[in-house]
Amino acid sequence: MARTFDEINEKIKDGEVVVLTAEEFKDLVEEKGVAQAAKEVDVVTTGTFSPMCSSGAFINFGHSDPPIRMNRIWLNDVPAYGGLAAVDTYIGATELSETQGFEYGGAHVIQDLIDGKKIRLRAESYGTDCYPRKEIITYITLDDLNQAYLFNPRNAYQNYNAATNSTDRILYTYMGTLLPQYGNVTYCTSGELSPLLNDPELRTIGIGTRIFIGGAQGYVAWEGTQFVRNKEVIRDGVIQYSGATLAVVGNMKHMSSRFIRAASYEKYGTTLFVGIGIPIPVLDEEMAQFLAVRNRHIYTQVVDYGVPSRSRPILRKVSYEELRSGTIELNGKKVPTAPLSSLRKAREIARVLKEKILKGEFLLQEPIQKLPEDGRFNPLKERGVE
Amino acid sequence: MQLQKVKLFMYFPPEKTDKPITYRLVKDYDLMFNILQAQIQPNKKGRLMAELEGTAENIEKGLQYLKEQGIQYRIFNKNIIWYEEKCVHCGACTAVCPSRALNMDRDEWKLTFDHSKCLICELCVKACPLNAMDVNIFL
Repeated sequence: MARTFDEINEKIKDGEVVVLTAEEFKDLVEEKGVAQAAKEVDVVTTGTFSPMCSSGAFINFGHSDPPIRMNRIWLNDVPAYGGLAAVDTYIGATELSETQGFEYGGAHVIQDLIDGKKIRLRAESYGTDCYPRKEIITYITLDDLNQAYLFNPRNAYQNYNAATNSTDRILYTYMGTLLPQYGNVTYCTSGELSPLLNDPELRTIGIGTRIFIGGAQGYVAWEGTQFVRNKEVIRDGVIQYSGATLAVVGNMKHMSSRFIRAASYEKYGTTLFVGIGIPIPVLDEEMAQFLAVRNRHIYTQVVDYGVPSRSRPILRKVSYEELRSGTIELNGKKVPTAPLSSLRKAREIARVLKEKILKGEFLLQEPIQKLPEDGRFNPLKERGVE
Repeated sequence: MQLQKVKLFMYFPPEKTDKPITYRLVKDYDLMFNILQAQIQPNKKGRLMAELEGTAENIEKGLQYLKEQGIQYRIFNKNIIWYEEKCVHCGACTAVCPSRALNMDRDEWKLTFDHSKCLICELCVKACPLNAMDVNIFL
């Protein structure tokens, strides 16, 4: 049994494709076995809706008259990058407002643009012969912009640590509020629905893969930053995959805040919830076997964020089934767990993507290049400065 | 008859901790009594957080009874509001909720909020990344 991307796309166009969400597919495998499920199903849809800090947008404003070479730029008082061409910029999700601090950041500018709100643009320049103007203050909307596309250097983390806190004080982190003395454990992937845990060897996801991002159709642009491929055998037949990430791109003009949302974490800063869905073709039985993985076979590690070091201590390995049960055992005690990634939204994304494929609105794109077979996650070496 | 609810903190002096105060509130004033948090030990100062439900008249009489018994109390003048339209059901608030008033429905992975269990500690207001939880103060 084998099928190709082209064959699947022909079926999509003919309205004959069989698509299941990742959870539905796993249920089918449990009922009928891998071989039969592989025979019956062409495509499996995955989804994730998590805070992803390494996100942001490229924008082109168009030229004013007289024109300006913007070299310092603010959008609703959030600084944007001024080191590109005259009216190009990049605004990062975690950049904070100079007037509202943690309450409002680049992520909120992105969401407000997607929601069609007016954004105050202020820019300064040193003035040149070709761009004489030195200042501009105006309002823009998404419609006005020539281009506005998300380009997120690191999204869709394959797997992520679960977090806890050994210290005597509350910690406010990007993993949420961690209560003292191992008071809670937070975790942040959609587990068996997560894109890169369903294709852990990256057989079908690579550069050029068409994805669902924030409600739009986008693409995998490159490997994500900090991309590595870690594989650790937990026990016979159970492998802990981690480290793969994706750089993704998508047109903001087609996005909706139903699938992308600005967020602000107490005493940490702002970030962007990005909704990503990736369709995975059931090319053969091996793919079906990968796609059959359940939360009880997907592992991560509980890490102590109370230790302010790059290599924080690992307390134990834990399955997503246990994390999702609401409590896990830690040092002989039951500790409550809480998710930070919306499983409800991840399911919604997998369902919406499935419907789009069934309606023939979303075709699969075979990667034009594979992601690296390995990667290096180097630390930053601090060298003495004279 | 319209029933009303009030949430209050009661402070028991040491000599009162052996009196069946809550029983009297239920029996004599027909108040539904839901204990949310309690610290009562014999011959020590005690405190109890509870929600009372009954007619306005009976609530008033019950509170009068507490006063007569020398039990101080403080009525909550705030509650927590959940703006569901802003919520993405991520679960970050459930990490800090001490009474599990905020909890995830584990089938639908939808946030549920049981106001009657809420201790109004306000930890969720800070923990929510979407600004979907807020404190409502009323007089």
